[in-house]
Amino acid sequence: MTAQRPFIDADWHQVLLYRPEGSVTVGQFQSEAMSLAECLAERLGECTAERLDSHQFVVNICQDRYHFMVGFVATILAGKINILPANDTPAALSQLMAGEPRALCLHDQKGFTPPYPHRLYPSGINVPLRAPCKPNLDSAQIVARVFTSGSTGAPVAHDKTWGKLVAAIQAGAQRMGLDTRPMNLVGTVPPQHMFGFESLVLLCLISGCPLWSGRPFYPADIVAALNAVPEPRMLVTTPFHLRALLDAHLPLPKIERLLLATAPLSRALAERAEAATGAPLFEIYGCTETGQIASRRTTQSEDWALLPGIHLNPAPVNLGEHLFIAQGTTIETPTLLADRIQMQPDGRFNLLGRTADQVNIAGKRSALSYLTAQLKAIPGVIDGVFFLPDAAPTQAINRLCALVVSPSLSAQEILSALRERLDAVFLPRPLISVAQLPYTASGKLPQATLQSVLDAHLARTSPPPATWYIAEDHPAFRGHFPGYPLLPGALLLDWVIERAAAEWQVPSTALGIEQTKFLLPVRPGALIRLILAPIATSAATHRSFSVLVDEAVVASGTLHHRSPA
Amino acid sequence: MPDTTQALIDELAQLITEGLNLDISPNEIDADAPLFGQGLGLDSIDILEIAMLISKRYGFALRSDDTDNTRIFSSLRHLATHIAAHRST
Repeated sequence: MTAQRPFIDADWHQVLLYRPEGSVTVGQFQSEAMSLAECLAERLGECTAERLDSHQFVVNICQDRYHFMVGFVATILAGKINILPANDTPAALSQLMAGEPRALCLHDQKGFTPPYPHRLYPSGINVPLRAPCKPNLDSAQIVARVFTSGSTGAPVAHDKTWGKLVAAIQAGAQRMGLDTRPMNLVGTVPPQHMFGFESLVLLCLISGCPLWSGRPFYPADIVAALNAVPEPRMLVTTPFHLRALLDAHLPLPKIERLLLATAPLSRALAERAEAATGAPLFEIYGCTETGQIASRRTTQSEDWALLPGIHLNPAPVNLGEHLFIAQGTTIETPTLLADRIQMQPDGRFNLLGRTADQVNIAGKRSALSYLTAQLKAIPGVIDGVFFLPDAAPTQAINRLCALVVSPSLSAQEILSALRERLDAVFLPRPLISVAQLPYTASGKLPQATLQSVLDAHLARTSPPPATWYIAEDHPAFRGHFPGYPLLPGALLLDWVIERAAAEWQVPSTALGIEQTKFLLPVRPGALIRLILAPIATSAATHRSFSVLVDEAVVASGTLHHRSPA
Repeated sequence: MPDTTQALIDELAQLITEGLNLDISPNEIDADAPLFGQGLGLDSIDILEIAMLISKRYGFALRSDDTDNTRIFSSLRHLATHIAAHRST
C-alpha cells in the first residue's frame, strides 16, 4: 500500500539550512529546488540540446551540502532518481556514467568538463520566492540509488524508496531525542554516502534539523562551522575526524549531541569526547543496503539496540556462524550483514568482527576479493592479492597491503593503474613485488603467511623512526599514573637504544646507557625526537644523547657501545 | 632564506614518511612533486594526519578556507613555505 504525504512537511518560513551568507528558509530552498526541477524536466542546459526527459537519473556529486540538497530535491520533484556514487574519482564516475546512458551528472565545480552529460549547479541565480506549497510524494517512489561493491567486483545497485527512508530517519531521530528537540547539524561526512545521506541530508529534510552547508575537514574548520550555527548543535562525524578534533585541543562551542558512524569507535575515545564536550555520544550501526538499523550510547554499553521495526534473523548455517539477516519496515530487501553478531537475550546485540573478506578503511567498506580482482585485472599483472595486515600501533588508520607478481610493471605503474580503479584509501601501503605468491600446497594464501611476507619486507626497508609520536591512548599510560599520565623512563630509554642501534647499524644488545637524567615528564600526545652527538673528550665508543619534545630537552645522558667498532 | 626552507623540507619529509609509515625514505620525496594523487599518492586521511602533526610540531592549525589551500599541499616546498610563514614554535 502506498501513501501520499507532503515531501517537505515543514513551515514555509522555518529555517532549513545555514550558509555562510545566512540562514535559508524552507520556502527559499523549495523555490530554488522547484526552479531547478523545471529546468531538469525541460532540458539539459547549456551542454547539449538533448532533452533531459530522456535522463532518468541524476548523479549528484555536489560538494556544497546546500547544492547537493537542492539537486536532490529537484531531481525528485522532476520525477527522476538520484544516483549517489560511492566513489567520485574520475575513473569511477566515467565508468558509472558509461554504464547508465540515461544519467546526467550534477556538480558544482566550475571548469569540470567531463566527457559525459553533465550540468553545473546554477548558483548565483536569484530565484524568486514562490507562494507557500507542499508538493506530495508517494511513499513508494524510488528517490535514490546507492551502490555497494559486490564480491564479484561489479557494483550492485540498491534503490531507496521515500517512505522507508522517512521511517528510518524518524526512528533514529526519536532514539536521539531529535523528534522533540531538533538540533543544528554540522557534518564532516559526504552526503553521497549512506551515513551522511541519512544523518545530514535526510535528518534535515525529514526531521527539521537545520544543516550547515559547508563541509568542514580540519579540526579548525569543524570549530568554525560549529560556531557558525546557533545552539543546540549536533556534530555528525567519524571516529577519525573526532580524534583529530580532540587532539587539536581547540576551544569548542557548546555541543549538545555527537553522532558517529562508519568505523568502530573505542569506548576510550567516546569517553574522551563526552568529557571534552559534555554532549552525549550516539553511534549508529548500519550499512548501505539497510541504512541505519541500530544505535548505542558507546560510553554506556557495548551492545547495540535495534531501531523500532528492525529484526535480525539467523542466516542459514551453511553461510557461516554468527551471521544474521536484517529485515524490517525500513529495509528494502532482507540483507545478510557483513558483521558477525552475537545476539543477547534482551534483543540487543554486539559485534564480533567483520567476515574475513570485508574491510573497513577509515569508514569506507570494500571486499578483499573485489580489490584483488581489480589488481589482477591490470594488464601486465600476473598474480596478486590484497590483505589487511595486523594493526600497527603507531598508525591511526590500518592500511591494506598487497603482494603482486609483475615482471613488466614498476610499483609506480601498478599504483597508478590501481588509483584509476579504487578509492585512494584502499591503495596498498605497501605494495610488495614478489616472484610468486606464497600459496600453500592446497592453493590457499593464509593470513599469517601474507603477514610474514609483509613483516620481512618492513624489516628490510624501514629503520625505526627518529621521532616517536606517543599516542594519547598508549597502553603505558594506564596506571602510570592515574590522573597524571607519564611515559615511563624505562620505555623512553628502550626507544633511545633501539633508535641509536639503527643509526649506528649495530645490534641493540651491543648498546648500553651509562648515565641518564630525566629533566621533564613526557605526557600523552608528545612527539619526541632523538639527537646523538659525539663527546669530544671521550672515546668513539661513547656518545651523548638528548631526547626532545619540541625544543625542550626531556632527557639526556650517555650511550656506550660495548664492543668497540 | 633558501637554507631554512631546505631544512624545513627535510624535516617535513621525515615527519611525513614516519608519521604516515610510508614505504619510502625521506630523501626520495621530490620537494616539487604533488603530494596528492600521482605524486606521493597521499589521500585525505593522510592530509588530516599531516595537519595534526603540523599543529603539534609548529603550533598552528590548518584551515580549508585558506585561499592558498590547494597550493599548500601541491608540493612539499609549498607546504614548507606555508609553515615557515605561519609557525608559532
